[in-house]
Amino acid sequence: MVPMPLVLPFAELEVGQQLYWQLGNLRVHGQVFLSSWVVIGALLALVVLGSRKMERDPRGVQNLLEYLWTYIRDLAREQIGEKAYRDWLPFIGTLFLFIFVCNWGGALIPWKIVELPNGELGAPTADINTTVAMALLVSLSYFYAGLSRKGLRYFEYYVEPTPIMLPFKIIEDFTKPLSLSFRLFGNILADELVVAVLAFLVPVIVPLPAMFLGLFTSAIQALIFATLAANYIGEAVHEESH
Amino acid sequence: MTSWLLLATAAAATGAAPAAPEGGLFDLDATLPLMAVQVVLLTFILNALFFRPVGRAVEDREGYIATSKAEAKQKLAQAERLAADLSEQLREARQAAQSLILEAEQESDKLYREALAAAQAEAIAVREKARSVIEAEKNQALGALRKEADGLGRLIVDRLLPA
Repeated sequence: MVPMPLVLPFAELEVGQQLYWQLGNLRVHGQVFLSSWVVIGALLALVVLGSRKMERDPRGVQNLLEYLWTYIRDLAREQIGEKAYRDWLPFIGTLFLFIFVCNWGGALIPWKIVELPNGELGAPTADINTTVAMALLVSLSYFYAGLSRKGLRYFEYYVEPTPIMLPFKIIEDFTKPLSLSFRLFGNILADELVVAVLAFLVPVIVPLPAMFLGLFTSAIQALIFATLAANYIGEAVHEESH
Repeated sequence: MTSWLLLATAAAATGAAPAAPEGGLFDLDATLPLMAVQVVLLTFILNALFFRPVGRAVEDREGYIATSKAEAKQKLAQAERLAADLSEQLREARQAAQSLILEAEQESDKLYREALAAAQAEAIAVREKARSVIEAEKNQALGALRKEADGLGRLIVDRLLPA
């Protein structure tokens, strides 16, 4: 007697399968864009809903938005410093919100009920392209922040406190985006895989702890990415006080 | 059993993925720049829809709270000053009342003493007068008695001597 394989529609494993869209001679991962549009749509809907009628006595969604705003402001102010944090608040906040909603959306939205011809929907942050894109944006912004604030004096940072630091600081410029992108990508992908494998093996109850852990990791990863991005920018705009 | 097999196949597929010409975990392509553009656009949209209005609302409120707090503090100080002023006035009024009462008491005391002294003096005068009247009447009566006694004595003498 051959046991029937228990294959539920939400418990299939596909790794590295992409839904390719051809744009001219460029190829993009369609499933990443589809899920990111859903995520961006949700984010914008929340924001529009909450900020439609701003009042001095906040009510409803405005409370949530103000809480998020102050949370992000405190994060940015702590990492970047009082002087420059205002310019970078939207960028840090967008990174945090986008990654957070992507991660939680990947864990909470039942993507698997949507059949794609190839690949499957999931958290956009489980695709290396998304995380590398954001990590490179962070690199660009901290260079821009440093150069626009200090001009060429920014490069003094590379030889401080001693010129011996020069090679390490140059290597750091490469390792920063690398670690940022791979940390996020690895955590989210691993979480999705663990949940998928557990759901594949035992589709009831057993995956739940892993799912909760995944939600926790997702939130932490969003916070880490935003905090590190702010920290890098803060390092670049930091003025030596002497 | 079958599910384990399927899992193994999946794992094998994962391992083999990078070798495949299509797909794979580390498949970097035009998704990257387009996603970057998307994130930058999202930053601008969120800045316009979220960060600026909400920031303005929060900071307006913070300013409002700060000014209200300062105003309240000022008002409290004013009220405290007023209260101190009033209690000072109250204290002065009490003092004035106290001294008034004292004065009145002294006044009444003095009046009482004067009245008492006057009454005593009058009583003494009346008594003195009464005594002198009594004395005069007594003397008069004594004189009359003596006169009478003299008359009687003479009468006795007159009656006895002729005999």
